[in-house]
Amino acid sequence: MARFVIRRLLQSAVVLLGVTLVVFLLLQLVPGDPVRVALGTRFDPQTYEALRARAGLDQPLAVQYFDYLRRALTGDLGVSFRSGRPVTAIVLERLPATLSLAVTAVVFALVVAVPLGIVSAIRSGSLVDHAARVFSQFGVSVPDFWMGIMGILLFSGVLGWLPPSGYVALTDDPGRWASHVALPAVTVGLVTASILTRFIRSSMLEVLSEDYVRTAEAKGLRTRVVVSRHVLRNALIPVVTVVAVQLASLLGGVIVIEVLFAWPGIGRLTYDAVAARDYPVLQGAVLLVAALFLLVNLLVDILYARLDPRITVR
Amino acid sequence: MSAQTVNREGQLRRVLAVLRRDPLALTGSLVLAVLVVVGVGGSWLAPSGINEVNVDQMLEPPSWAHPFGTDELGRDVLSRVMIAARVSLQVGLVSVGIAIVVGVTLGLFAGYYRGWLDNVLMRCMDVLFAFPVLLLAVAIVAVLGPGLTTAMVAIGVVYTPIFARVTRAGVLSVREQVFVRAAVSVGASDLRIMRRHVLPNIAAPLIVQTSLSLAFAILSEAALSFLGLGVQPPDPAWGRMLFDGRGFVTEAWWLGFFPGAAIFLTVLAFNLVGDALRDVLDPRQLTVSEARRSTA
Repeated sequence: MARFVIRRLLQSAVVLLGVTLVVFLLLQLVPGDPVRVALGTRFDPQTYEALRARAGLDQPLAVQYFDYLRRALTGDLGVSFRSGRPVTAIVLERLPATLSLAVTAVVFALVVAVPLGIVSAIRSGSLVDHAARVFSQFGVSVPDFWMGIMGILLFSGVLGWLPPSGYVALTDDPGRWASHVALPAVTVGLVTASILTRFIRSSMLEVLSEDYVRTAEAKGLRTRVVVSRHVLRNALIPVVTVVAVQLASLLGGVIVIEVLFAWPGIGRLTYDAVAARDYPVLQGAVLLVAALFLLVNLLVDILYARLDPRITVR
Repeated sequence: MSAQTVNREGQLRRVLAVLRRDPLALTGSLVLAVLVVVGVGGSWLAPSGINEVNVDQMLEPPSWAHPFGTDELGRDVLSRVMIAARVSLQVGLVSVGIAIVVGVTLGLFAGYYRGWLDNVLMRCMDVLFAFPVLLLAVAIVAVLGPGLTTAMVAIGVVYTPIFARVTRAGVLSVREQVFVRAAVSVGASDLRIMRRHVLPNIAAPLIVQTSLSLAFAILSEAALSFLGLGVQPPDPAWGRMLFDGRGFVTEAWWLGFFPGAAIFLTVLAFNLVGDALRDVLDPRQLTVSEARRSTA
C-alpha cells in the first residue's frame, strides 16, 4: 500500500509540473505583448513597465518559467493586470461559491442517481429501467446551459418560485442561499445524476451476476438482504471514483452555468478574466482548478486502494 | 479477397443489421442524415436570409410565416438555426479530425515503440487530462483570440488525449499478435506494419470513440459560442443564439428553445449511433457516460 501511495504521489507530482508548464506557456501564446494587449486603451508607459517587470516578462523564457514555478510553490501566482491585487487572493475568494454549487449539485445527483440506478439494475428490463436509461441518455446529451435557460423560464419567469440569477453566501443567509443555488445546482446535478445512474446500474448488474450473489440467493436470503449486504457494498466501490471525478470536474467545469446564473465562482472569474484579458488571473484560475483536479484524483485512487486492496497489486 | 476484407464486410453488415433492429439507433441515423442535408444545403433550404433584419417583425412568436419565431432584430430564427447546423457539423468534424490525426499518431508511436517514448508521450497526455475540457478550451481560445478556427483547434487539442489513449491501448494488444510478428520477421518496416497491420485492427474502438467525440465536440463548441469565444456575430451558431436569447427568455421563449433543442437532438443522435456502434464493434469499450467522464 505504501509503495502504491508513493508511486501515485510521484506520478501526480510529475503531472503537476507539466500542468504548471502548460499554464505558463499559455501566456507565451498570446499574439504580441500580453501586457500591452491587456492594458489596451488604458496604456501608459509607467504601468506597462511595472507590470512587465512584475510578471518577469523581461527575462529569458527558461528563467521566467523557473521563477513562475518557484513563486507558485510559495502560493504567489502574480498580480492581476487589471486590479493589481494578488491573483492567489482573487482566486481563493471565489472558491467558496464554486464549492457550494459543486457540492450541492453532487448531493442532488446522488439523491436521484443512487435509488434510480439500484432499482434499474434490480428490475432490469422493467419500466423503471427503461425510464432510467432514457433519463441517462437525455442527461449526457442535453446542454446544461440550455436546461438552465429553460429552468429560468419555467421556475422564475412562469412560476416565479426562484430568482433567475445571483448569489447569496451560505453563511450570510442560508434560506436565500438555498433559493439562489437551487436552479444552477439542479441544472448541473441532473447531468451528473444521469452519468451516475448509468454507472451505478452497470456496476450493480456486474455484481449481481457474481457467484457469491447466487450463493447468497441459493441459501434462501431475501432479495433485500442480498442487495444491501452483498451487492451494494461491492457495487458502490467504483462509484466512489466517479462521484469524486464528477465533483472535481464541477469545480472547474461549470463556467457556462456560473456565467448564466451570475454565480461568482471560479468559472465566472475565468470568464471575466478572458473578457478583460487579465492573463495572470486566467493562469491562476486554470492552475488552481487543475491542481484541485489532480489532488481529488490522487485522494480517490488512495481511497479506492483502501476499499479494494486488489488495486495496489494491479 | 483477404480475411481482413471479409471481416470488415461482416462488421459493416452487422452495423446495418443493428441499425435496422434498433429503433433508437435508426432514429439517430435519420436525424444525422437530416442534419447533414440541412448543413450542406442550408443556404438554399432556409426560408429567409440569416441577417435579413426586419424591424416590423421583432420578437414575433412562432407562426406559419416564421415557424421558430423571430429574434430581437426581426430575423427568422428557423433560417438561423438551419444555417448554424453547418457551423456545428464543421466544428465537430474538423476538431475531431485534428484530435484523430494527432492522437492516433501519438498513440500508435507510444504503443508500438513503448519505452521512453511511450512514457514521455503518455505523461504529456496525462497533463492535458488534468484540465477540465471546457476550461482548457476556454484558456486556449482566450490566448489565441476568439473565432471559429481557434475554437476548432482548441477543441481538437482537448480531445487529443482520449484518442491517444484508446489507440495506445489497442496497439499494445495488437502488437503481440502473430501476424504482426510475422510481418516483422519478413522485414516489413515499422511504418508499414503500423499502417497496414496495426491500424486496421484497432479501427473499431476508434470509430466508436469518433462518434462519441463528435457529440462532445459539438457540445463544447456550443459552450464556447455561448461564452462568446466561438463563432462571431453576425454569423449564427446555436450556442451564440442561446446566449443572445437569454436576455429575452421570459418574453420570447422561442429564442432559447429552438437553438438548444437543435444542439440536444444533434448530440443525442451522435450518442445513440455511437452506442449502437459500440455494441457491434467493440462491446468492451466505454459507455457514453464513462467516455464523457474520462474526457471531462
